[in-house]
Amino acid sequence: MRTRSTRRTALVAAGAASLALLAACGGGADAGSGGGEASDDIAVAASDTSCEVDATELEAGTHEFTVTNNGSSITEFYVYAEGDRIMGEVENIAPGVARSLLVELPAGDYQTACKPGMTGDGIRNALTVTGEAEQLSDDEALQAAVTDYTRYVTSQVTALQEQTQAFVAAVQAGDVAQAQALYPETRTYYERIEPVAESFGDLDPKIDARENDVEEGDAWTGFHVLERDLWATGDLSQSGPVADQLLSDVDDLATRVQSLELQPLDLANGALGLLDEIASSKITGEEDRYSHTDLWDFQANLDGSQAAITSLRPVIAEADPDLATALDEAFAATQAELAQFAAGDGFVLYTALTPAQVQGLSDSLNALAAQVSQVPAVVAG
Amino acid sequence: MKLSRRDFFGAAGVGAAGVVALGAGGVAAGRAASAVEGGAAAGSTTGGAVPFEGTHQAGITTPAQDRLHFVAFDVTTDDRATLVRMLQAWTEAARRMTRGEDAGPVGAVTGNEYAPPDDTGEAIGLPPAGLTLTIGFGPTLFRTADGVDRFGLADRQPAELVELPAFAGEELRPEISGGDLCVQACADDPQVAVHAVRNLARIGQGVVGVRWSQLGFGRTSSTTSDQSTPRNLFGFKDGTDNLKADQPQALDRFVWVSGTGTWMDGGSYLVSRRIRMLIEVWDRQNLRDQQDTIGRTKGSGAPIGATEEFDPVDLGALPPTSHVALAHPSNAGTAILRRGYSFVDGSDGLGRLDAGLFFLCYQSDPATGFVQVQRNLRTDKMNEYVKHTSSGVFACPPGLSGPDDWWGSGLFA
Repeated sequence: MRTRSTRRTALVAAGAASLALLAACGGGADAGSGGGEASDDIAVAASDTSCEVDATELEAGTHEFTVTNNGSSITEFYVYAEGDRIMGEVENIAPGVARSLLVELPAGDYQTACKPGMTGDGIRNALTVTGEAEQLSDDEALQAAVTDYTRYVTSQVTALQEQTQAFVAAVQAGDVAQAQALYPETRTYYERIEPVAESFGDLDPKIDARENDVEEGDAWTGFHVLERDLWATGDLSQSGPVADQLLSDVDDLATRVQSLELQPLDLANGALGLLDEIASSKITGEEDRYSHTDLWDFQANLDGSQAAITSLRPVIAEADPDLATALDEAFAATQAELAQFAAGDGFVLYTALTPAQVQGLSDSLNALAAQVSQVPAVVAG
Repeated sequence: MKLSRRDFFGAAGVGAAGVVALGAGGVAAGRAASAVEGGAAAGSTTGGAVPFEGTHQAGITTPAQDRLHFVAFDVTTDDRATLVRMLQAWTEAARRMTRGEDAGPVGAVTGNEYAPPDDTGEAIGLPPAGLTLTIGFGPTLFRTADGVDRFGLADRQPAELVELPAFAGEELRPEISGGDLCVQACADDPQVAVHAVRNLARIGQGVVGVRWSQLGFGRTSSTTSDQSTPRNLFGFKDGTDNLKADQPQALDRFVWVSGTGTWMDGGSYLVSRRIRMLIEVWDRQNLRDQQDTIGRTKGSGAPIGATEEFDPVDLGALPPTSHVALAHPSNAGTAILRRGYSFVDGSDGLGRLDAGLFFLCYQSDPATGFVQVQRNLRTDKMNEYVKHTSSGVFACPPGLSGPDDWWGSGLFA
């Protein structure tokens, strides 16, 4: 528990840092008046079935939310602008833990959401912010999108580090049941931002290669080695070095992400790339061939794609309102298609799906990808 | 005026008068045929364009091309307006591709480099190749298997458009049977046919999904009297006494729907059957048995008891259970227009080719067309060597009246 509270402090600090970045890049006249200091601390009581936010109306400016998880599942907390654009989020809130979020909100209509089990639309509440509205030029809007999404990546990679630590600890302890439970949750944070990891070239193969991705003579490392050990052989006696390497590679990723410089087009291409990931390896059940937890990865890729698109949403809505609406609808449709297979805090196994159900997911994904493939041209102007 | 990318290839060539005469878009239509055929194929129909619009859809009585890509789609939306928009987009793309142009107005290699091209590109430089695209609507478009009327079309379902009855000996696989929509793409170049189907599937993403598709590499029927009769994979001439385009009275009687006062007037019903041929077994049969099974001589194609291919069939001279004796119009009491293609879909895992005939036929009513003929084949000696593995029935609407008309305009009116 001590480790966790230390990490909580670290997370808030990181949030404040990226907030300063946000204010520096595109903040309006009054937005920076707080200088990144929150004027309040809004309590959020999260459980497995409720999400009580101690505010429904706020003044424009910087606000702090403190989310306490009173439930039994890991939860997340989001503040969404129109079209589910993520204004701020805090990940990986374990049962019994409280975490804080700093977020800058210009005037507008927002929604807050708790996501017990990290899936689905979450438990939503309306939040109205009054005062100064945001007026951004095209370039500022694009820059704001990049800042938005960069913050998302940072928060995911931080959660990935924490979760990988717990997963690796379970593997080292030889606790098969615990490690199996943590495997799909840990991967979620990776799969949401996989294109970013891929942009570093050597890291994605080290972390996420499947056995047939590795050339003869090369070492096979990462999640899927441990997946095999956990599900196919049940033998963790040789898994220690691979687990250590995984943690070290994830830490490496986190370090490199700090100096990440994304372009607006990276967001658009990454969003499509994540959907292509689903189409090429998740929809076929190839990704998690031992654990069959492919639908967790499906959800994570989908959420990551949606996060990138919603960061760009103001730009898209300005240039092509019909496309913005079509994207909203297509994401909602695919989320709903996938939500049919939610079970407990996760999903049914891929092997439980009928061919017709896989076909339904594939049809929905194709429809979504057709819309997302239009975004790069809009962003490139 | 926007020039198709293929104009680039066509710059050197002149000629292809037949293509230009079709007028469609003038310059844009003229290009590729001249370039690729280069005049060397003068007198050949290969390369030319077949008019997309007309009283009837092309691809039925127009000369049977050499290659086929047939595709059946399921509609994945429940929204009628979305489906209509897609059919309109398909029609535009089909109109362009049958002229030998790219599927979309921008093209495969121009346009915004950050946008996916609106054509996939593999037909760059290829002529129209006689491409025809023929659309059909399956019974499940009107009412799902569970009886749901998704698009408000149930009361427009023709009485003739019902699932085929079960036939003795068939081994149908549901996953390659049926479909809400079908498109028959025929061309003299297989790449042109595949390009057309691929682009329609691309355009339809999110509205339709491919249910199944079938390639055919060689025509097995003639639909005009000046075409020679091709041979099927049994090695026999097939379709000698097929209905032909130059028999208008017979076509009006057996092929075209008329006088119903519905959206189907001028259309036709399509039945598709994937017929696996057990060719390894067939190839072990002696020549006499093979000829007695078909009812024709293998060399000339003449009916048994006659000397020339087109000699009249003498039912008395044929073995009574031969295929021709049972299927011939003079015995079946009806006629259908056949337009099938040979296929080889790899091997079957038992050391045998998965080969056969993808049978397509058009008729004014399936009940008095294919169903009547097929029922007459119960004792067909050929049944030993064939298995029907896929089946479909589709209502193909009449042709498009002009440049603003679209596939399904009558049905969705």
